[in-house]
Amino acid sequence: MLADFGYGILVVAFLTSVYSVGAAFYGHFEKKQKWVESARLAMQLTFPLLSLAALDLLYLLATNDFNVSFVYEVTSRDMPLYLRLTAWWGGQAGSLLFWSWLMSAFATAVTLRNWDRDREFLPWVVIVSSVTMAFFIGLNVMPFFEENPFARFWASTLDGSVNAYTFQPANSVAFPTPDMVATFDGNGLNPLLRHPGMIIHPPMLYLGFVSFVIPFAFAIAALVTGRTDDRWIRITRRWTLIAWLFLSLGLVLGGRWAYDVLGWGGYWGWDPVEIAAFMPWLTGTAFLHSVMIQEKRGMLKHWNMILIILTYALIIFGTFLTRSGVLSSVHAFAQSNIGPAFFGFIGITFVTSISLLIWRWADLSSEAQMDSMLSREALFLLNNLLFIGILVVCFWGVIFPLISELFTGQKVTVGPPFYERATGPLFAGLVILMGIAPLSAWGHSTIKTLGRALWKPLIVTILVTIAFVAFAFTNREVINDYFPYAIIGFFAVAMTAFITLYEFWRAARARSRAQKENFFISLWRLAGRNRRRYGGYTIHLAVVLMAIGIIGIEMFQTETQVSMSRGQKIEFSGYTIEFKDFYSFKYEDNRWVNRAEMNIYRDGQFLTMLAPRYDVYPDGQPMTIAGVRSTMIDDLYIILVNWEQGSADLAPFKIYHNPLVNWLWLGSYLFIVGTLIAAWPDKDPESLPARVRGKQTPVYQSTSAD
Amino acid sequence: MKRILTITIFTLFLALAFASVAFAQQSGPTDDDVNAIAKQLFCPVCENTPLDVCPTQACAQWRALIKEKLAAGWSEQQIKDYFVTQYGARVLSEPPRTGLNWLVYIVPPVVFIIGAVILYRGLVSMRKPAAMTVAESAPATKNESAEDYMKRVEEELKKRN
Amino acid sequence: MTQTNPTPASPRRGVPAWVQVIVWAILFGLLALVAFGLRNAQQGTVQVGDTIPGFSLTLFDGYQYQDKSTVSLADFKGKVVVINFWASWCKPCEEEAAELEAVWRANQANGNVIFLGVDYTDTEPEARGYLTKFDISYPNGPDLGTRISQMFRIKGVPETYFIDENGVLKYIQIGPFASSAEIQRVIDQLLND
Repeated sequence: MLADFGYGILVVAFLTSVYSVGAAFYGHFEKKQKWVESARLAMQLTFPLLSLAALDLLYLLATNDFNVSFVYEVTSRDMPLYLRLTAWWGGQAGSLLFWSWLMSAFATAVTLRNWDRDREFLPWVVIVSSVTMAFFIGLNVMPFFEENPFARFWASTLDGSVNAYTFQPANSVAFPTPDMVATFDGNGLNPLLRHPGMIIHPPMLYLGFVSFVIPFAFAIAALVTGRTDDRWIRITRRWTLIAWLFLSLGLVLGGRWAYDVLGWGGYWGWDPVEIAAFMPWLTGTAFLHSVMIQEKRGMLKHWNMILIILTYALIIFGTFLTRSGVLSSVHAFAQSNIGPAFFGFIGITFVTSISLLIWRWADLSSEAQMDSMLSREALFLLNNLLFIGILVVCFWGVIFPLISELFTGQKVTVGPPFYERATGPLFAGLVILMGIAPLSAWGHSTIKTLGRALWKPLIVTILVTIAFVAFAFTNREVINDYFPYAIIGFFAVAMTAFITLYEFWRAARARSRAQKENFFISLWRLAGRNRRRYGGYTIHLAVVLMAIGIIGIEMFQTETQVSMSRGQKIEFSGYTIEFKDFYSFKYEDNRWVNRAEMNIYRDGQFLTMLAPRYDVYPDGQPMTIAGVRSTMIDDLYIILVNWEQGSADLAPFKIYHNPLVNWLWLGSYLFIVGTLIAAWPDKDPESLPARVRGKQTPVYQSTSAD
Repeated sequence: MKRILTITIFTLFLALAFASVAFAQQSGPTDDDVNAIAKQLFCPVCENTPLDVCPTQACAQWRALIKEKLAAGWSEQQIKDYFVTQYGARVLSEPPRTGLNWLVYIVPPVVFIIGAVILYRGLVSMRKPAAMTVAESAPATKNESAEDYMKRVEEELKKRN
Repeated sequence: MTQTNPTPASPRRGVPAWVQVIVWAILFGLLALVAFGLRNAQQGTVQVGDTIPGFSLTLFDGYQYQDKSTVSLADFKGKVVVINFWASWCKPCEEEAAELEAVWRANQANGNVIFLGVDYTDTEPEARGYLTKFDISYPNGPDLGTRISQMFRIKGVPETYFIDENGVLKYIQIGPFASSAEIQRVIDQLLND
């Protein structure tokens, strides 16, 4: 009953968003504002509707209603309530609903703003958002796709076969039958997904994906209406930042999950699906930078349009790759029918956006000229080039196996060595640029002006790099084949860190002298009054921290695999590791837990006890849980491997030594802080009520700082 | 230490060289020796999983196979070649540098260079008219002392409010 | 830099035709490529009724067919060919291994039927152990470079394909057979057609 209700609501939501598209078109072309308003309200209505459908699904999940096939697939009775609820996005059908729900939330939020000054954008923003939403709800609603989260099991009375259908087929009864309901159990969520990181990771990614639809919608609106100034960019600036923050967090959380759960001592495997989520981040980041040039100098209008269209296209494309089974990947959803529909949607959006862009190309001309090759706009463009370079590598690597199969029939793998070699130098270039570009001035810089801001941090950097090399030569065991690249990496990272810190210091000191304030108060006020600049600097510092972690684990990771007998001690990377004890027992949720206890010593001092585990779930799915000792200097990461070959007295271990990896996670916290600083709403005319705003002269056109 | 530096177009990008581990052991190959090679191979049946971390039984068999071949004195290259003839090119972590596969290595640098050229030409063409407008956009960046810098910061802040 | 008047100074320039051509060509090329990938992902194994193109299989040491250590599909013209994909790491394969061998032995004398075992991504020592364990006597060989399995687009192991006298695929079994009678039934059907 509830399932049918939920499906009915979905159908209504679908029709509502289709209506919203139609009404917006009609209202726009017939110049009837009422219809546009109606379209807007219809779009807002999808949010309560989808919320209701979502609540319905959550209720079914919470109450173990295994008559509903989606509930059967992703939950089981032994799962705790929070896992049953978050299983909402643990399967294809539910996660599509989750996508639509988030989309409707964002679309509603954006239509709640004051539109008085941007009337002409409204129908187009509604159309783009509603088309996207209708597509995603449609995937749930159309029975053909078999992705209805409310489809129920029906047992045929003819041959007893059980299948999931949206509507009750002839000659069938609901399954499980009343006498089975009490005991019938669901399939349960894959144990690998029963992890906090995995619970937050998909929502973050989806939030990032979905919120990028908003700037895209405004961009399309700007293209269609021909209002090609930077208005659309100013309206969506904050959306873009938030979208970008979520996307970044989604990526980092995914890495954290891999590090904690997948048991291979890494966080990023250059898997096609990881790259699919990474690509929109690349174009999104490039976009965030290049829009500043348009705001400040009125240049690069074409390029910004291309970037936001690319970002949206890559989001849809990545979602398609993940969900259609086109790419072989560890992350891919089970094969499904939605591939062709996605393909059609991709085709339509690509062709439409590019046609619009070509049509409006001439209207998007620059309003200013470049004065210097060292100006900030030039350096920002170089930054864009590097981001796009990384994108090309990623895209080509993802797509190439398809090309190879098409033309030679040969399957190939494009794996980490390819990506690392090709993107490593580009990333290094970006880090250096990240330090230098903020020093340059808009419009004009010379070597001299740059050099003045640069030389002090540069000297410190050189000293630090020399210290690093000296340290390495006194601890020769850290020197490996990657060492020269590590030096370059650390140099770039240190330089950018010092330049950025020096910038903070210089500005705060100047202000504290001029205003006779305490240094830290100055710093605080400075950042508070120029959030975008200092938020940006903070993000740069965060990226530097993350880069330290990445260099540490990528270039200095060491590993060993040994079978240890109980009581045996081994030496590894300066640690003494003792295999002390072993337990094997059945846990309350019926999984077998194999737990080793390892004593860790350094220089004869007992540090801690680590307990790597190898759990086997009732369905035979194993899960490797690492024992990790994590410090700011290094992680000692121990896993039980190939447990089938081991016994309580002789167990096979794989031990990783991951230097500095904690800085990666630390950096991601600072990253959040920085983005929040940059995106924090301030008293700009945007957020003021129309009344107040009307009294102000429209001075803000060229005023935003940085 | 044997160093295999593959000379490709990527040396343009300061190629990261990866090295093979010498495995001249006296008492048979260790798990680490096996992993050093398994790391560079992908599981032939699972999706995109390197052989050294793949948990399935099939992968355990392949690692055992590597060990066996190592014990028989095979070189790393021989083992890789053997895997390719047995299971196809997809076991390699990168496409072999033959025929059409060269595209995978050539296209990204070519596109990058084209991008760089477009960017450079764009910058130059944007800069040309600057000679006329340079006075108009006179920047406040010459001989900037701490006070000037402060002034500029404050100016920007004022504009903001 | 005002928001109302886009600078009319520079002449209005659209996208040159040749750039448009390149952009669309790239876009449609990409779409075609993705369509191909999608078709590949969606389409299942080869279909019943398809004519199976030729392939050759190098047999494991100790296995021969008419004194040859490499067999090709063409050698079996006029016979019903039963191609079984298996691997030693595959548990379900073991369920049907003895049955397949039994049916092979029952039909061997009649000469109209040939069994072929194709070992999918396996290690030779383990594969040999498997063959010995189930005492399998019909020709068996490794699927070098997974060429044969790619040709059949198999989705997993075990899968068994029945090809008639004219090289046309007549029956596909996904997953293991439950009994030797089942195997025999399919063979009889093909022989009687």
